[in-house]
Amino acid sequence: MLLWIIIAVAVVLGLWVIGVFNSLISLKNQVLNGWNQIDVQLKRRHDLIPNLIETVKGVMKFEQDTLTKVIEARNKAISAEGVSEKGVQENILSGALRQLFALVENYPNLKSNENVAKLQEELISTENRIGFSRQFYNDIATKFNISQQVFPANVVAGIFGFKQSELFQITDAAEREVPKVDLNLK
Amino acid sequence: MNIYEQAAGNRRATGVVVGVFILFFLAIGLGFDLYYGAGAPVFTIAAFLFSGVSSYAGFYYGDKLILSSTRAKELDFNDLKQRQWQNVVEEMSIASGLPLPKTYIIDDPDPNAFATGRDPQHSSIAVTRGLLDKLNREELQGVAAHEMSHIRNFDIRLMLLLAVLVGSIALISDWARRSLFYGRRRDSRGSGSGPAVLIILAIWLIAVILAPLLSQLLAMFVSRKREYLADASGAELTRNPLGLASALEKINEAVEPTRSINQGSAHLCIADPKGSALGAKEGMAADLFATHPPIKKRVEALQQMAYVK
Repeated sequence: MLLWIIIAVAVVLGLWVIGVFNSLISLKNQVLNGWNQIDVQLKRRHDLIPNLIETVKGVMKFEQDTLTKVIEARNKAISAEGVSEKGVQENILSGALRQLFALVENYPNLKSNENVAKLQEELISTENRIGFSRQFYNDIATKFNISQQVFPANVVAGIFGFKQSELFQITDAAEREVPKVDLNLK
Repeated sequence: MNIYEQAAGNRRATGVVVGVFILFFLAIGLGFDLYYGAGAPVFTIAAFLFSGVSSYAGFYYGDKLILSSTRAKELDFNDLKQRQWQNVVEEMSIASGLPLPKTYIIDDPDPNAFATGRDPQHSSIAVTRGLLDKLNREELQGVAAHEMSHIRNFDIRLMLLLAVLVGSIALISDWARRSLFYGRRRDSRGSGSGPAVLIILAIWLIAVILAPLLSQLLAMFVSRKREYLADASGAELTRNPLGLASALEKINEAVEPTRSINQGSAHLCIADPKGSALGAKEGMAADLFATHPPIKKRVEALQQMAYVK
């Protein structure tokens, strides 16, 4: 009798360990997929930039500084190695692009150009995609981390050596700054 | 409740709807067999087959039927606004981690949108031309997120089968009533004499008459509950509840009915296609007969999420 109870407990325990292990593996792969998705969107942005420069450079020849800055930032972002270095370079590129779009506002014939409008839409969308893929990555990585930490699954995670995923954070100090809000109503 | 429980709940509800649907048809068939007193249960078998086939067809082809009934066309990416809508949907598909739904446009000046399909792998989102014209990028994103949430929660599957149910019940009960009132009993001495049978027949008759109304009320009730939820989880995707709030306000201002979308698929849409006739009213009766909660309440709920109210 006792033997049977022990066997039953062992079987239930074994099934539970398998269940936890499989769900952790599935989450881990979702996290990896989420991370790759960010890269896909970053690549999309790199591919769009030469097109954009080509379209606007005729009209914006007096803004050569900004244009070269964007190109340089793009090339640096492409050749960047390592997660943190990549993050820094991509943020510089975001800043340069934002500056370029602010300047486009000064050129009415550029703003009314359909090709520029389309490219601008594609780049806005790409910026959003990068943001949303990072958001999705953080969500899924948080879920993965939590499911490793909660008791009793943390025992299984420890035995099989699952590691915590790093969350994506804002690396640029300027971006982290809280926008000032003026509450004095006029 | 998290979204996995939501989706599981919706799968269960879909099963219940199909079950009730088939039972109802069995009851109708049984009634006919009882009434006409034929030897073999011909009507019961026919009703069972009909309900089974229409559930199956609705599950696999209902979305195509609904899309073609609204004359939805594929997007033209040379048009900037349509390209933008496609981009916004792709962004939401990234944010939710779901496969990209097929996108369609309906040539109608009234702003509206709906999602349909049987699961996230087989889903479509359709918008009207009016929605693309009236809304800015941020608001379109809110609408796309709302529809994406319907897809993620499996609301689309439940709504699709409810549409099939409402449609078929209306059809069959109309037919049953007519054949009862104009048809003649073939056999009067058979089983139709006892008082128990008479009571069953009376209940059956009431059920046949009330079924279309009840099934419509059920569809409306289910849809109303799901709208708040899709608003909330849509805001979770964009992290910007005010985009959807302002989109809903703009949709509400356009009081024209969406003519391309008929009442049978009203509960699929982001806002009631009937126009603002019932959408603005509050209270018991208006609540009972509306497919959507009042837009004002939805906007307020979204604004609370953004701490502006």
